[in-house]
Amino acid sequence: MLPFIGRRLLIAIPTILMISVFVFLLQKLLPGDPVLALAGEDRNPETLATLRELYRLDDPLIVQYFHWMLNVLQGDLGMSLRTNQPVTSLIMEKLPVTFQLAVMALIFAVGIGVPMGILSAVKKGSWLDYIANFVALSGLSIPNFWLGILLILLVSVNLGWLPASGYRAFSVDPVRSIETMLMPAFVLGTALAATLMRHTRSAMLTVLKSDYVRTARAKGLRERAVILKHALRNALVPVVTVSALLFGELLAGAVLTEQIFTIPGFGKLVVDAVFNRDYAVVQGIVLVTSVGFIFMNLLADTAYKILNPRMRDS
Amino acid sequence: MSVAVQERRITEHPSIEVLPPRRSRVWSKLRRRPAALFGAVLVGVFVLLAVLAPILPIPDPAATSWTSIRLPPSSEHWLGTDQNGRDLLSRMIWGAQASLLAGVVSVMIAVLIGVPLGVFAGWFGGWTDATISRMTEALLAVPFLILAIAFAAFLGPSLTNAMIAIGLSATPIFIRLARGQTLAVKTEDYVESAHAAGVGQVAILWRYILPNIAPPIIVQATLTIATAIIAEASLSFLGLGQQPPAPSWGAMLNTAKNFMEQAPWMAMWPGLGIFLVVLGFNLFGDGLRDALDPREA
Repeated sequence: MLPFIGRRLLIAIPTILMISVFVFLLQKLLPGDPVLALAGEDRNPETLATLRELYRLDDPLIVQYFHWMLNVLQGDLGMSLRTNQPVTSLIMEKLPVTFQLAVMALIFAVGIGVPMGILSAVKKGSWLDYIANFVALSGLSIPNFWLGILLILLVSVNLGWLPASGYRAFSVDPVRSIETMLMPAFVLGTALAATLMRHTRSAMLTVLKSDYVRTARAKGLRERAVILKHALRNALVPVVTVSALLFGELLAGAVLTEQIFTIPGFGKLVVDAVFNRDYAVVQGIVLVTSVGFIFMNLLADTAYKILNPRMRDS
Repeated sequence: MSVAVQERRITEHPSIEVLPPRRSRVWSKLRRRPAALFGAVLVGVFVLLAVLAPILPIPDPAATSWTSIRLPPSSEHWLGTDQNGRDLLSRMIWGAQASLLAGVVSVMIAVLIGVPLGVFAGWFGGWTDATISRMTEALLAVPFLILAIAFAAFLGPSLTNAMIAIGLSATPIFIRLARGQTLAVKTEDYVESAHAAGVGQVAILWRYILPNIAPPIIVQATLTIATAIIAEASLSFLGLGQQPPAPSWGAMLNTAKNFMEQAPWMAMWPGLGIFLVVLGFNLFGDGLRDALDPREA
């Protein structure tokens, strides 16, 4: 397994390098003098000169990239112009909040998507299958920020069951923290549930046609045992890997969900950074999410290899 | 031998089944899928409304009225009014124009950049393929909306920049698809025959490769329009797309969230509009994919 992981890590290096070039070049998209954009409101000539020197803007592009990359490799993603804090510590501060949201959303997604997928595959062609498919497609088509607004309207404003905002850290007040995260996690989880449902259904349909399932039925096993013990175990292999790959969707969805429910996480950080023209933070976030996505990909491949016995021996 | 004679000879042979032309096969398969037809009708209705917006008897979407602020739906204002007294039906119809335009234009950008790059990568192989493929993998590693937000942040907030941002973010999907399809098609006999007959590379790409890789690209484009519409609405919701007072469904939802208790209808219609159009494109795209799949009966 270790040589496999090592090989995959080596393959990831050129991709990460390419991402770093892309992230670095993002600031070159800024119209006009980048120093003016980077300085924001502050037009003091001294500040402008410091920034010009800090980002080595008078050097050739390749030299600028080299210095930027050298800092990145040491964990230095630059300074936030807004808060004057290192971008790395800002990101690390917000990550646990989004992580909690992502984990809770994944629980909703798996809890809704997988049973729906199984039911839909087992009852293929029935009205239950059609309804499940329609619900899944609707889940993919509903903008999650609209679903969030509707839920706030119904659950918070009309019924008063759950708070619409007022996030508390899990370490400070676990009950309140879960209470405030329930609605956002459900909103974020529904779109993923739809994707998971479609994957589970398709994997189950393939597995249900296989010889070993036919053999299990021929042995006289009860249908429930055939589905849960024989078919599901194998059908879940691709589903587990898809769940790891949904990481990107989770982060992107968190941007909007955190905005609606005013959760001070990673997503809110990126939106605030965009509006404060805090470009170093935007660059840092793009870099961190991309590298995170690549590692989730690696995790998905490794999980697939571990779970699938035929792949394990290859 | 004329085509008619050839066809007659084939049909006279009892063991050869003559298939109808591909286009009519696809159409007949599509007709048997009510969900896909429903999707097409949904999209058609919104396209019609968006195109006819300038001549429909509806109020100016930007006209404010201080005497009709936040009015609920009524016979005078079918969908109610917003916080500035603007007619929501009119803003919905004009907003459809922005959403559909953003969906179609951004996918066109993605196709126009992505397909040639993918075809070159697949056709030429070697360093061209390696460079384009590594670039594509890098861009695919950035979550779609984060990439679009990053582009929109650096380009500046406007509908045009949002379309460019979404288009650029969707480009890697088409590079990868076109590359894979080109790799599959380039080893086909008819391409090798054209090569042997001395047909130039550009002509082969234009006449043989592109038409044969088109079907999956059309399906992907239809499904990506749905994603692009949600992405535009998301960017406008965040304030990075269409700028006020121009109507856009995403921006309307952004305003509506501030008046949820006083005027809940303001949040209802734009979301429903996005949902129905995106559902339409998804249903139609799914149906089209099945209809173009030769394995499907």
